[in-house]
Amino acid sequence: MSDILETPSDRLLAAVRGLLVAKGVMTTDEIAERIRITDGGSPAQGAKMVAKAWTNPEYKALMLRDGTAAAEMLAIPMRGLPPLGVLEDTAEVHNLVVCTLCSCYPRAVLGYPPFWFKSAAYRARAVRDPRGLIGEWGTVLPEGVKLRVVDSTADYRWMVLPRRPEGTEGWSEEQLAAIVREGDMIGVTIPSIA
Amino acid sequence: MIAPVTLQPGTKVRVKLDWPETRGPCHIRTPHYVRGETGVVERHLGNFPNPEDLAFARPAEVKALYHVRFDPKPFWKEGVAPEELVIEIFEHWLEEAA
Repeated sequence: MSDILETPSDRLLAAVRGLLVAKGVMTTDEIAERIRITDGGSPAQGAKMVAKAWTNPEYKALMLRDGTAAAEMLAIPMRGLPPLGVLEDTAEVHNLVVCTLCSCYPRAVLGYPPFWFKSAAYRARAVRDPRGLIGEWGTVLPEGVKLRVVDSTADYRWMVLPRRPEGTEGWSEEQLAAIVREGDMIGVTIPSIA
Repeated sequence: MIAPVTLQPGTKVRVKLDWPETRGPCHIRTPHYVRGETGVVERHLGNFPNPEDLAFARPAEVKALYHVRFDPKPFWKEGVAPEELVIEIFEHWLEEAA
C-alpha cells in the first residue's frame, strides 16, 4: 500500500488509465471525453442556471424539481453523474452546503471544489457553528432568517439557488450570471451588486 | 430488486446507534454525529445501490435514500448551531421513533 501512496501521482494516473484501456473498461477516447467534460465544469455553468431561474419562473420550477434536467437544458453534460439537487433560498431560509464525510460537490455545474470546501475546518464548522463560519466571508444573515445546513453525505450533489439581489430589475440573463459567484451557490456568500 | 418506499414525509425516525467501523473495514455514509439522534423524514430522494457494498465491489442491494431533517441544537455544547440540519440517510440506518 505504501508503494502506491508514494508513487508520483502522474505515474499512478498513467498506470490506471493504461489498465482501464488494457482491461477494456473504457477506451482512450472515452477517457479523453470524460476529462473534457470534467474540465468543462465551472461556476459559470451554475451561474447560468441561477440567472435563468431568476428570469424564468418555469425554468426555476424545473430546476427545483429536477436539477439534472435543468442543467441538461443548458447543454451541461450530466450523463453518468449523481443527480443534482437545488436548494432554494427564500426570505425565510438560507441554505449552506457541506459534505462532512468527504468532498461531495456538484462538479458539473460548479467545477472543482475550492480548497477550503474539503478542509476539515470547513466541514466541522459548517455543522457546529455555521453563522460564525460564513461570517469569515463577511456574510451576515438578516434577523429572522433560518439557517438550513445540508450535509451532502450520499448520492445527491447539491447547489444553492440564491435570492436575486435588489437593484437588478431589468437585467439580462448574461448580466445576472456575471454577478453569481461560486460561494453564492455553496451558501457561504450572498449575491450582491455592491 | 427495487426497495419499497416505506417512510412517508413527516415520519419521526431515529438514526441507528451503530458503529460498524468498530467491527472491521467499512464504508459508511451516515455521519457519526447523527447516530442515535432523532429527526423527521423530509422526503424520499430516490433509490440507489448501497454504497457500503459498492465501495468493496460487492453486489449492492438497492436502498431507499431519504432527506432527514434534524434539530441540531442539542448535538454540540458550543457555537451557535443552525436551525435545521438536513442529511441524506439510507433506509437501513433508520428506525421509526415513537
